Amino acid sequence: MANFIAIVIAGLATGALYALVAVGFTLLWQTSQTINFAQGEFVMLPAFFMLAAMNAGLPFWAAIVIGFVLSTAILGFAFKLLLVDPMLPHGVLPLAIATMALSTFLKELVKTFYSAEASPFPSIAPEGDLHIFGVSIALQNIVVLVVAIAAVAALQFLLSRTRLGRQMQAAAQNPTVARILGVPVERMILYSFLINGALVALASLLISPIYLAKFTNGETLGLAAFIAAIVGGFNQIRGAIAGGLLLGVVDNLSAAYVSTQYRGAIPMVLLIVVILFRPSGLLGRPEERSV
Amino acid sequence: MSHFLGSRASWLAGLLLLAFLLLAPLEFHRYGLYILSQWAVMTIAAIGLNLTLGYAGQVSLAQGAFVGVGAYSAAILTTQGWPLGLAILVAIALCFAIGWILGYPALRVQHHYLAFVTLAFSTLAFLVFRNEAWLTGGTDGIDGVPRPVILGISTKPHLAYYYFCLLVLALVGLAMLWLVRSPWGRAFVALRENPLRALSLGVDTRRYTLMAFAIGASLGGLAGALYAPLVGLVEPPVFTLALSLSLLMMVIVGGSGYFLGPFLGAMVAVLLPEWLRFLESYYLILYSLLVMGLLIYSPTGLIGILDRFLTHRRTRAASAARASLGASIERP
Amino acid sequence: MRKAFTSSSFALAALLTAGAPARADGTINLIDLAELSGSGATVGTNFKNGVDLAAEEINAKGGILGAKIVVTHVDTQSSAGVAKGQAEKALDSAPYALLGPGYSGSVKVVAPLAAEAGLTEIMGGEAADLTRAGNAFLFRTSFGQQSSMPKIAKYIAETLKAKTAAVVYVNNDFGKGGHDAILKEFAARGIKVLVDDSTEAGQADFAADALKVKTANPDVVFIYLNEEESARILKELRKADVKAPLVGETTLIGQKVIELAGDAANGALGHVGLTTDAPVPALKAYRDKFVAKYNYVPDHNGIKGYLAVYMIKAATEKMGKLDPKNLAATLHGLTITADKEPGILMDVTIDGNGDLDRESFLGEVVNGKQVIKEVLPKLKN
Repeated sequence: MANFIAIVIAGLATGALYALVAVGFTLLWQTSQTINFAQGEFVMLPAFFMLAAMNAGLPFWAAIVIGFVLSTAILGFAFKLLLVDPMLPHGVLPLAIATMALSTFLKELVKTFYSAEASPFPSIAPEGDLHIFGVSIALQNIVVLVVAIAAVAALQFLLSRTRLGRQMQAAAQNPTVARILGVPVERMILYSFLINGALVALASLLISPIYLAKFTNGETLGLAAFIAAIVGGFNQIRGAIAGGLLLGVVDNLSAAYVSTQYRGAIPMVLLIVVILFRPSGLLGRPEERSV
Repeated sequence: MSHFLGSRASWLAGLLLLAFLLLAPLEFHRYGLYILSQWAVMTIAAIGLNLTLGYAGQVSLAQGAFVGVGAYSAAILTTQGWPLGLAILVAIALCFAIGWILGYPALRVQHHYLAFVTLAFSTLAFLVFRNEAWLTGGTDGIDGVPRPVILGISTKPHLAYYYFCLLVLALVGLAMLWLVRSPWGRAFVALRENPLRALSLGVDTRRYTLMAFAIGASLGGLAGALYAPLVGLVEPPVFTLALSLSLLMMVIVGGSGYFLGPFLGAMVAVLLPEWLRFLESYYLILYSLLVMGLLIYSPTGLIGILDRFLTHRRTRAASAARASLGASIERP
Repeated sequence: MRKAFTSSSFALAALLTAGAPARADGTINLIDLAELSGSGATVGTNFKNGVDLAAEEINAKGGILGAKIVVTHVDTQSSAGVAKGQAEKALDSAPYALLGPGYSGSVKVVAPLAAEAGLTEIMGGEAADLTRAGNAFLFRTSFGQQSSMPKIAKYIAETLKAKTAAVVYVNNDFGKGGHDAILKEFAARGIKVLVDDSTEAGQADFAADALKVKTANPDVVFIYLNEEESARILKELRKADVKAPLVGETTLIGQKVIELAGDAANGALGHVGLTTDAPVPALKAYRDKFVAKYNYVPDHNGIKGYLAVYMIKAATEKMGKLDPKNLAATLHGLTITADKEPGILMDVTIDGNGDLDRESFLGEVVNGKQVIKEVLPKLKN
C-alpha cells in the first residue's frame, strides 16, 4: 500500500510537469492558433542555457535567471517574431509543420554545439526522502509538485483575476470584438508567447535533474504535453492541468502494474478514446466550426 | 495545375528526367543504386500522403506506420516462401482496411485532431512491431527478406531491383494522374477547399474522406512492401513517428497538392542528405533551416515557387500582349 | 537542356561515388561504421576516437609492415538501414578490413554483406547471437553475453547468495540478448525472477520501474541498460530507497554513469570486461593517452575501437604481408599477448567463432570511483 501511494505521488509529480508544459501549449493555441510541435524541445533548451552559464562560471541562481531571461526572449519573443508572425497568414497547418522542423533544428543545435551526451543538472530540491505514515516520498517529487502547481495557480490567478488576464482571455475568445473594445490584441498574443517562454524554462529547471540534460529530452515531453492538452480539453487551461496530472498518474500506474512493454500504449489509447468519445476533452467546451 | 502539365516545356522536362532516371544509374555503383531505389520507394509513400494531405486536406502522421505494416507483411510472407506479388496485394489491402477504420474518427474531428489520432496510431504500431515477437520478430525484426524474381529475372542485383522500383513508381504515378483528373479527384479537391460547401452540393464528404485516407494508406503499404526486399531487414526502429514526419516534410517541401511535389520532396529528403553528407553534423541543422525558410517563403513548397514564377511570367506576357493589342486597336 | 542533363547526371554519379579511396599498395584502408549520431552517438564516437588513437600511434611507428593506416569514419546514424547502405558503399571501395558497428542490430545487417565479400569485420556489438550465425569473418572486441552472463550469475549466486532477483533491461537487441542470457543462467541456478521489467532505449522516466522493484523486494537487482538510462534508474532506485545490491555490466558502473548518477551510483556492482579502472598498468596508460588527446575518460567503446586496430596489426604481422583475404583465418585461434604486442592491453585468445577469451573484472562503485574487487581469469590459457 505504501508503495502504491509512492507511485501515485511520483505520478502526480510527473503529471504536474506535463501540466506545466501542456498549459503553455494550450495558451499558444488559444491565443494565436499556433500548434507548437516544438514545445518539448522548448522545455529541453533552457537547461542548456543554464548549463552554459554555469560553465562560464556563474553560480546556480544566476544561471537560472539567465535561463529564464533567454528562454523568454528567444523561445517567446524571437519565436513569435521570426516564425509565427510570417507564417500565421498562411494557415494553421504550415505553421505546425514549421514547428516540426524547428524541433529538429533545436535538437541538432544542442547536439552539435553543446554535447550529444547527457549532462548532470543540479536540482533545486534537496536529496532525501520524507517518511510520513510509513510511506517514503522523495523530497524531489514534493518540490516538483509544489512548484509546478504554484506556477499554474499563479497563471490561473493572472488570467481570471487581473485586468491584464481578462484582456488576454478576451483576445483569445473573440479577437474582433476585443479589438473593438480597445483591447490591444497583438500585445496580448505577445504576452502569451512570453508566458510560455517562462513556463518552459520552469519546466526545464524541474525536469532536467531527473531526466539529465540531453538533447533528446524534448521528444517524450512534447508528446506528453499534446496528449495532456487534448485529453484535458484543448481550449481550457484547467483542462491542460487536469490532463497532465491524469496522464502522469495513469502512465506511472500502468508501468508499475501493467505490462511495461506496452507502457507507451496506455496514453495513446487514452488519447484515442477521448478523441472518439469526447473530442473537446474531459474539461473542454465543444468547439463550433466556423462556416 | 493542368496547364502546368500540358505545356510542351514540362513534357520535355519530364522526358529528360525519365531518361536520366533510366540511363544514369548504369553508371552508378551499388550504393548509388541503393539510394536511388530508396528515393523511388519513399516517393510512392509520399504520393500516398500527398493524396491524403495535399488533395483531400487531411493531416496524417501515420504514413510511416503504414509503410511499416506493408514492410512487415512483405517480410513475413516472403520469408515463408510466398511471392512478393501476393505480399504487395496483401499490404495494399491491409493498409486500405486499416486506413478506412482509422479514418472513421476523421469524420468526427477535423484537422489537428486527426494529426493526433494518427500520431497515436503511429506509436501503437511501433509498439506492436516491437513487442509481438511471435509475428514480427520483436526487437530483432525479420532478416533475410528475399528479392523477387520478376518474369524469370532475378532482382538480386541492385540495378535490376532499382528498375523494378522505378516501374512500380511509374505505374503509381500514372494511376495517381488518372485519379486526380477523374471526378473523384475533383471531389477530393472540393473536400480540401470547402468541405461544408461540398456537402451542400451533394458530395458525400464522409465517403470521399475515407477514400482519400485509405488510398493514401495503401500506397504507404505498397512502399513498405518494396522497402523490405530492398534493405533485406525489417526492424521496428525504422517505422516510428520520425518516418511519418519525414514523409510529411517531403510532401510539404515538394509542394502539397501538386502532382510532382512528392517526387521533388523525396529527392530533397533522401538525396540531399547524401550530397550534404560532407557537412556531417551540420546538415540536419541546415536542412531544418531550409524547411522553415521554405515554409515561410512559400508554403506551397518548391513546386509552388516554380508555379508562381511561371504564372507570373505568363501573366506578364499576357498583359503585355493585351497592352500591345489595345494599342493596335487604338489606332484608327 | 539535354547537355545540361547529361553533364549533371555524370556529376551526380561522380559525387555519389566520390570518397572511394584509391587503394594504392602501401596503405591499409580501414572503414569504420560508427554510430556518430542518433541514440548511439556516445558508443560510436568513443569507438571512433579509440580507432583514431590506435591508427595515429601505429603510423607514428611506421605503420603495419611499413604500410600506413588510413581510416574513414562513416556515420550509421544508429540505424541498421543506414548502416547497411553505408556498408554497401564501403564494399564498393574494397577496404582492408571493416570496423564496427557498435550496435548489435546494425552488426546483424552488415555482417552478412562483409562475409559475402570475404571482408573481415571487427565490431563492438555484444549480442550473443552475433557469433552464433556461422559467420567466419566476424570478430568481437568485447565479451559476448554468452561469456559474461555466466560469470555474473555465478557471482550473484555464490558470493551474494541471492535467491530472488529483479531484472531490468532495455528492450533492444543489446538488452534483450543480455536479458535472455541471464534468465537462462538464473533458471539453471534456481534463482527466482520476481520482476521482469522491460524499458525503452532513451527512456527518461524510471520512477515506476524503481517502485516496481521496491514493491517486489528481491535479494538482488540485475540492471542491463545503456549508460544514461543506467544513471537515471540508479537515481530513481536511490529515491525509492531500494536496499538490495544492484548488479550489472560495464554499462552500469562505467565512468559516464558515475558522473551522471552522482552519489546514487555508490554501491553498484558490475562485471567489467574492459575498463580503464582495472588494476592493469597497460589500461591505465591507455587511459592517460586518451585523456591527453580527447580530454575525457574513455568508456569501454573507446577501448574496443583501439583494440580492433591492434588486432588487425597483430594478425597482419603474423601473416608477414598485407593479405586481407587471409586476415580472418589468421585471427581465428590467435592468442595475442600484451608483452609481445602492448597495444592489445591484455592477453586475449580469439576462438573459431570470433569470440574472445580474456581476463575480466568485478567492480564496485565506491565514493564515486570504480574500484576493482576481483579479477576473473581467462577461461582457458
